[in-house]
Amino acid sequence: MSTPETSPGKSFVRLGNRRTARLDALPQHGIDVLRAALRGAVNDGWRIVTLFGTPESDSALRIVAIVADDERGQLGAATARVGERYPAIAAECPQAALFECEMAEQCGVVPEGHPSLRSLRRHAPDHRPAAWSPTSPPLDDTLPRTPFRGDEVHEVAVGPVHAGIIEPGHFRFQAHGEEVLSLDISLGYQHRGVESLLETLDGPRAVYVAESIVGDTVIAHANAYCGALEALSRCHKSARAQNIRGIALELERLANHVGDLGAMSGDVAYQPAAAYFGRLRGECLNMLMTISGNRYGRGLVRPGGVAFDITPEMADELRRRTTRLEAELRPVADLFFGAASVQSRLEGVGVVKHDACIEHGFVGPVARAAEVHRDVRHDHPYGVYRYAQIPVATAWAGDVYARALIRWVEIRRSLEFVAEQLATLPRGEVRVPCGAFAAGELVVAIEEGWRGEVVHAVLTDDHGKVRRHKVTDPSFRNWPALAMAMPGNQISDFPLCNKSFNLSYAGHDL
Amino acid sequence: MLDFLRTRLAQGSQTLDFPSDHVAFPERFRGRPVIRSGAAGVAELDLGACLFSPEEAAYDHQYGLASRTRAGLVMRGGTMNPATALDDQMRRLLGRSLRLRSVSAGSCNGCEGEMVALGNVVFDLARFGVQFVASPRHADGIVITGSVNDNMRDALERTYAAVSDPRIVIAVGACAASGGPFRDSAVAGRGVPPSIPVDLWIAGCPPHPLTILDGLLRLLGRIADGERRPPEAGV
Repeated sequence: MSTPETSPGKSFVRLGNRRTARLDALPQHGIDVLRAALRGAVNDGWRIVTLFGTPESDSALRIVAIVADDERGQLGAATARVGERYPAIAAECPQAALFECEMAEQCGVVPEGHPSLRSLRRHAPDHRPAAWSPTSPPLDDTLPRTPFRGDEVHEVAVGPVHAGIIEPGHFRFQAHGEEVLSLDISLGYQHRGVESLLETLDGPRAVYVAESIVGDTVIAHANAYCGALEALSRCHKSARAQNIRGIALELERLANHVGDLGAMSGDVAYQPAAAYFGRLRGECLNMLMTISGNRYGRGLVRPGGVAFDITPEMADELRRRTTRLEAELRPVADLFFGAASVQSRLEGVGVVKHDACIEHGFVGPVARAAEVHRDVRHDHPYGVYRYAQIPVATAWAGDVYARALIRWVEIRRSLEFVAEQLATLPRGEVRVPCGAFAAGELVVAIEEGWRGEVVHAVLTDDHGKVRRHKVTDPSFRNWPALAMAMPGNQISDFPLCNKSFNLSYAGHDL
Repeated sequence: MLDFLRTRLAQGSQTLDFPSDHVAFPERFRGRPVIRSGAAGVAELDLGACLFSPEEAAYDHQYGLASRTRAGLVMRGGTMNPATALDDQMRRLLGRSLRLRSVSAGSCNGCEGEMVALGNVVFDLARFGVQFVASPRHADGIVITGSVNDNMRDALERTYAAVSDPRIVIAVGACAASGGPFRDSAVAGRGVPPSIPVDLWIAGCPPHPLTILDGLLRLLGRIADGERRPPEAGV
């Protein structure tokens, strides 16, 4: 438990990654104070990690805001109590915009004066105070949002069912000739009610849901989910379990980054690299399968530690495979990054500016490619990352090339990390019991998944039951970045641009 | 150019000679659940609802988990009948090609990841004449992944309607068969609705690429034998 030291100002209680705070110690402001506090914090260089609502009584909603100061490695929490309508935070603080849309849809609350209020997932409110009027808030759900008018402006509609093996989503381009004027992205097609499930299920059934929030980010979500639960139950997992979780997280990053480089190769029609990267993605998945029995690491991470140990023979074998993987990856990356025809397709395409990343709170490789030093493993270290630091990889151009380069740098660093950790696994049990949750507490667990910051925030009620489980996937933060990157580019560069972000639909839609 | 040739040589040929190659999985791979019938009678296990987690059962390395019927996914007394081939007329119609449209409807993107992997040089789905195409109008059938949630039911039904008859429907993964991990959700659905008749069910969460490949090749009559010998343990 952290001491209720406040910063910045007296508006936020200081939290740590995976440290609990008592709910009654959280400042409960009026909405005007919370608005001013968030605006002030963001102006001081803090960013919003997550913002959500939970019914406080039959007639009131409690808004919970979690903010982070990445430079000092601090998290802060503050709350406000509101009725059915309140003045929107986004009117003064753009980072809050999407969170308030989400909150309006989930809780049936109306953020008045919100600049871009819209339905994100098209579902009935599932976290609405019981006595509130059952009519849904006036969310703008009319498609499409097309700002440009003129005889020569044409529209291209794509999805929800896509021309490949891709999750569903609807993209609406406005274009002049080949040049994209605007891109509007409508999601929500993958909505499965994940948060409600995590609040009602327990035991293994809830872990299966946590592992299925995003199918290619099984480890990061399971790590954050279990990290939150373990903090609430004061469970101290072993160093060995934490190292195995770290190894699995980096293998997951390797598989996806390698796969993304392959997909980008395919989209610029550079087939040799597409084929080689595509196969080597499988090698990374197979290493996860050796440890966990499943190519995506399902079954490995469990509350209290991990379900599978890495035996000494397995560690040796995995180290040999890591060495071989690196030897096989390097010449392929040299081919890819060395080909002038590849470079000319990647450079200057799909630029996301540094300032936009700061203003909107983008995370992961998208932000790091625009010189934003933001990496949970470095800024808010937890588990094995407290002892084994991985330097933050950044580039400056913010284009497709920079996002590809970030992945390649991170691939090499993850390979080094995995090899090192396999050689120095501490002794100990891999799993300890994880007991009942403390009552009336808040915990925030953040994890640097391969797409960026994965957030699980959990509130318990007076009986130690989960009252609210908030999930924020990095894709939720980063989809607007794709829409911002497209104007001025050619429509035909959209697939390439899209792959360089490779955002999750399921992670956004929950 | 020299670098390119050197890399090509170093990478070599990596394609699995399926189905004749002997497939070796790592020791912990979870294939088919192992069920032992007790004195109380014949034990049943629904592969369509199984998430293949370490908690649910013990598993062997048999990766064939496909059935032509939903009821066929229910293992009785530790065995299941593998999927049979399409009838002669349908196979004649298809010839040596099968064009599929992928519809992801309330999934986590895990099954889709393995379907993408089927296209890589190891599994090389295209050599069997199976391709994923960009329009339902170009397709002989659809592959459904996900629990068929509220927000995708309409789009799925319209895509199905856009494929001309006769059409094939393949349901991949636990979500499509039962709702998978989301089966308790009010909005996620419980898998492919009865309005869309399914020709092939493939279990798994997600199914290994070879599980999907095995199911597809059985449907096309390329693997005709019954139970195949279980692969040996190894890496």
